Amino acid sequence: MKTARVLACALLMVACAAFAGAQDQANIVITGTSKFNLAVPLFPANGVAPDLQTTFNQVLWNDLYQSAVVTMVGRSLYTAAAPSGEQDLSNPAYRQQWTAAPLNIQRLVFGQMQMAGGGLVVSGYLYDVTQPPGAGRLLARRYANPATAEGARQIAHHLADDVIAALGFGPGIASSQIAFISNRSGSQEVWTMDYDGANPQQRTHLHGIAYSPRISPDGKTLAFMSKVGSGQPQIRLLSLITNRLLPFPTFKGMSTTPAWSPDGGKLAFAAQMGGPNLEIYTINANGSGLTRLTHSRGFDNLAPTWNPKPPAGSTGQIAFVSSRLGLPGIYTMNADGSNQQRLPLSGYAVSPSWSPNGLSLAFAWVRQGGGENSGASDIYIWYFGGQKYVQLTHNEQRNDFPSWAPDNRHIVFESGPPYHNQLYSVAADGSVPAQLTNRGDNEMPNWSWH
Amino acid sequence: MESQQPSSRSLVAAVASVFLLSFGMAACGKKAAPPPPPPAPPAAEAPAPTVTLNASPTSIESGQSSSLSWTSENAVKVELDGTAVNLNGSQPVSPTDSTNYQITATSADGRTATAAARITVSQPPPPTVAAAPTTGDIGTFDEKVRDAFFDYDKSDIRPDAQMTLQADAAFLKAHPELAVQIVGHCDARGSAEYNLALGSRRAESVKQYLVSQGVDASRITTNSVGKEQPFCTETTEDCYQQNRRGHMLKGGQ
Repeated sequence: MKTARVLACALLMVACAAFAGAQDQANIVITGTSKFNLAVPLFPANGVAPDLQTTFNQVLWNDLYQSAVVTMVGRSLYTAAAPSGEQDLSNPAYRQQWTAAPLNIQRLVFGQMQMAGGGLVVSGYLYDVTQPPGAGRLLARRYANPATAEGARQIAHHLADDVIAALGFGPGIASSQIAFISNRSGSQEVWTMDYDGANPQQRTHLHGIAYSPRISPDGKTLAFMSKVGSGQPQIRLLSLITNRLLPFPTFKGMSTTPAWSPDGGKLAFAAQMGGPNLEIYTINANGSGLTRLTHSRGFDNLAPTWNPKPPAGSTGQIAFVSSRLGLPGIYTMNADGSNQQRLPLSGYAVSPSWSPNGLSLAFAWVRQGGGENSGASDIYIWYFGGQKYVQLTHNEQRNDFPSWAPDNRHIVFESGPPYHNQLYSVAADGSVPAQLTNRGDNEMPNWSWH
Repeated sequence: MESQQPSSRSLVAAVASVFLLSFGMAACGKKAAPPPPPPAPPAAEAPAPTVTLNASPTSIESGQSSSLSWTSENAVKVELDGTAVNLNGSQPVSPTDSTNYQITATSADGRTATAAARITVSQPPPPTVAAAPTTGDIGTFDEKVRDAFFDYDKSDIRPDAQMTLQADAAFLKAHPELAVQIVGHCDARGSAEYNLALGSRRAESVKQYLVSQGVDASRITTNSVGKEQPFCTETTEDCYQQNRRGHMLKGGQ
């Protein structure tokens, strides 16, 4: 695990510590300097199969580490035994074994695993060990699942998310999903996987070219672009519940890059509609109400992304890519097409992804003069408030297609040499880089809304 | 479907497999040599040399190859058709006509032994004569209808592409029964989504130019693969240019 992290760090040349110099440039979303020191001793188990224990402990540790809101203290440094129960926390001498230097533990996650009723039951606790137990008890919960590897994995995810929430950082991402395109089956198809790269599943079998998967806000439908044979690319909808394609209108020429509105009622997309170039349209999810938003006469407008938190009173906001001034650049507009404005970014900028809190935009950028011939592009974050950008990746490869996680702290993106990509996640301050895929070529990730 | 130029990697693989095949077949086709005479009891006279020669396969078509292999005993020198070779060994050969090969082994005291092998070479069947062209040189589409190339991030027809497309238009007008599909391609850089659209604009741009030169629009279909299905994959300016094109295909593929 540690080796993979170091490797991902080196591969991506992502700043693996908080940006010190960037704080004057932008309003960084993670509270930079003071993360709780968190200890997570192994959970003692009673009659539980060793592989389930291993899965549970590893997934719990990785979820808490990847959250990027705590500083994990390694188990090899612990001097105290794991609590045998909550009663141990009443003993000040026991708590001091954790809080004393050099460990300086502030928060402790512990619990027990056992078998009950034929299934796996886990008791999980979060304590502020700097406080007596009355004030220190932040979480106490019991989780039950079938006694399978997947059951143990899901319990760890739920407990990790509950810990993150109890620490005050809002909903975690341990149960979220990522949709993406993979060619590992022999053709580019839509796949989904857990946020940490586990359980990849092939969702389409169309044997053509699939691009741009987008999960709906309610998590039940997936929109994507499909091109089969010499046919034109079209928007398709897939039910993630029934695994069947759902009806959606087809249009003359190419249709591509679908994007869900935050309430799930509409899709924005780009289409030629029989003309030579792509324009942005919106349509109701049931296929009615087609509305044209851009009129660029010969230049392409595509890759829309909706603001998940538009200002009160607005009908919605969309960011998109347009080549109306030459090289593609990023624009914003109202969801009725009015007030189209270009972001002040020169050169080739594409693939915008609007952050869940509405305050920033992740995108991919080849800066003019900086890498036009090499094909290299990096992931950047644009902050609307400060009208500034921050560079997230610093490597020689092509980095593209960023997608924000629902915790507003993580971004997933594709990275690699030409024609070969893998998917990586990273926190917006550059910490906790992780490689998520390693089979075939994988691209165009999209993080679920929850 | 769209014709593909064989990549250099697949050519190397094809050649390598022919080599492996010929060596493998040589090993499989080897006939069992007659057992050597039992060693003579210690005596003043040196043992006589022996040699065997085998060809595998013994029949090939002109242009194919076979393999000669030989073994010798009690020899200090072995010559294959007059050329010195190892005492035991094998060698690929590609005779264009049926050939007899002869091998000679010489012992220390100058006695010789010889063996022969024959490879029969048959000529491939004559090429089928193309039917007399009626209204179209179908076989020359790929030669005559050339692709148009583009600048970075551009879909306008630059001067060299104009000349190419003028010639293409002349050919297409001379063969009105032919349909053509134009597939837009892009280089490796930039967004796959954006490049799919750029490829479409390139194909449309080529179509419009052909129409302006008098080719009937109903004969032309357009398509785009963006940066997929590249013609080359190197990260060089030369390869990027190779991929920025409108690729011309016979319609209906």
